[in-house]
Amino acid sequence: MTPTAELAAIARRIRARVVEMSHAAETPHLGSSLSCVDMLVAAYWGAVAIDPLRPLDPGRDRLILSKGHAATALYAVLAERGFFDAALLNTYDEDGSALPEHPGLQCVPGVEAATGSLGHGLPLAVGMALAGRITGYDYRCFVVMSDGECEEGSVWEAAMFAPVHKLDTIIAMIDYNKWQATGRSDQIMALAPLCEKWRAFGWDACEVDGHDMEALLEALQRAPDGSGRPRVIIAHTVKGKGVSFMEDDNNWHYRIPTAGEVQQARQELGQP
Amino acid sequence: MRNAFAAALTEMAGLDERIVLLSGDIGNRLFDTFRERFPTRFYNCGVAEANMTGMAAGMALCGLRPFTYTITPFATTRVIEQIRVDICYHNVPVTIVGTGSGLSYASLGPTHHSCEDVGIMRCFPNLTVVCPADSSEVGPALRATLDLPGPAYIRLGKKGEPVVHTSPPDFEIGRGIIMLEGADICLLGMGTMTAVALEAAALLEAAGVSARVVSMHTVKPLDEALLAESFARFSVVGVVEEHSIIGGLGSAVAEWLARRTPCGTRLEVFGTPDLFLSEAGSQTYMRQKCGLTAELIAERMLLRFRQRGLQ
Repeated sequence: MTPTAELAAIARRIRARVVEMSHAAETPHLGSSLSCVDMLVAAYWGAVAIDPLRPLDPGRDRLILSKGHAATALYAVLAERGFFDAALLNTYDEDGSALPEHPGLQCVPGVEAATGSLGHGLPLAVGMALAGRITGYDYRCFVVMSDGECEEGSVWEAAMFAPVHKLDTIIAMIDYNKWQATGRSDQIMALAPLCEKWRAFGWDACEVDGHDMEALLEALQRAPDGSGRPRVIIAHTVKGKGVSFMEDDNNWHYRIPTAGEVQQARQELGQP
Repeated sequence: MRNAFAAALTEMAGLDERIVLLSGDIGNRLFDTFRERFPTRFYNCGVAEANMTGMAAGMALCGLRPFTYTITPFATTRVIEQIRVDICYHNVPVTIVGTGSGLSYASLGPTHHSCEDVGIMRCFPNLTVVCPADSSEVGPALRATLDLPGPAYIRLGKKGEPVVHTSPPDFEIGRGIIMLEGADICLLGMGTMTAVALEAAALLEAAGVSARVVSMHTVKPLDEALLAESFARFSVVGVVEEHSIIGGLGSAVAEWLARRTPCGTRLEVFGTPDLFLSEAGSQTYMRQKCGLTAELIAERMLLRFRQRGLQ
């Protein structure tokens, strides 16, 4: 088990990488990527049972980044976790690269689904979880969703289906950073109270600080309670987390950092 | 056709443990045998087709062979985004089965008609589109999808459609079946309209015109060899489909034809108009309104054939 201090250091490295990738390729969604880095690190280093050397093992745990616009975070995490050579990150979004702005299925080892259109990850995970049951595997299916994504009806279709079949191998994580592309998510659609909504749908729902590594690990590692309820972790996060001038500023949904801003971000993240 | 679907899939599931049936809250009693024999491989997914379709893709990503089943507009156009992204972009072997296609549910109104599905579905990369002509083509079509590496869409009628094959058909995806050989004109039937094309051929025969009739069950990939031979040989080729004249088999053939050296053969398309058929009425009534009867097809084909003869 990697100590939480070490996971926090990994998360800082990944955040710096994500900022650099956004700058180099001039791609948006930086704030959205930064808000889910801790969740991904906690999952990939502390919960998801997967061997980077055997990325297609049929018994592996699956993680779907349903908020595919945070692709840079996923790519940087997978590279750091050893799924592929980190040098490939330098090709992100270049013509002909394996790393587009939204991930494709197995575009690099470890990418379990093509995402980018929101509301697709949870139904896919439900199918994967049922397939595990049918074929005799006990793997778990993790899904990382955004709060804005919970406005998609397909999320709630899947939310209604999973508890009936007691799919407690599903662990959904919601990156609740309170923003979507053009405004506060709670003001655009009636998302709140989000935790109560999931409970009402029959899920084992909990709320954590999405940047508290220990809390994330505890929530991800807790064994199913025997009720058969699938789990959802509502992770309260800050969009743009880790870079002072990006935090909770929704301009960074689309803004591209300048070279100077990259430098400042690296300093704040303790990267030489 | 839906009974043939349930029977064939139940038989297939006994031989292939990967087969899973996902139903969108229809088929009351239809799948009783399947459920009894394979209780862990049948799921009523409720009135939630987006989840059903995404789930199917998730299952296929884990090695299963899911079949989704509901009324055609809800299996297809309702969830076009899930079909495009989850199934076609992932290129996973899900078979989407739509029942009550075209005007099978004419009396239920345009919400339950599906005259656009083929046009939309055949745009998607990786997707094979099959429209069986009758219940005897259903089983072979389903079995053939198991040999495909990617997804398929199977467009079924409802029940009680005329059987056009007197013996089990020699069915292969992408290869039309010549039902009747002829010398003067050719009719390409899509799905259940093949039966109507055969009736039209009988009327034409009585008028002294000999027609080839083909069950063009696969709309994608098109049987280009058969098309090339038919357009070289006949002066008039008609396409008969219970689908809009926009986007269906007629459009697919026209696109193919336009890419070739002009051949002088006349293409005639018999389909539904670019309209919602909103008045009440049976399938027979709607087909009549759309010109999709043997008499109206024979009449127009005869006219075109005689016009070609005069040129």
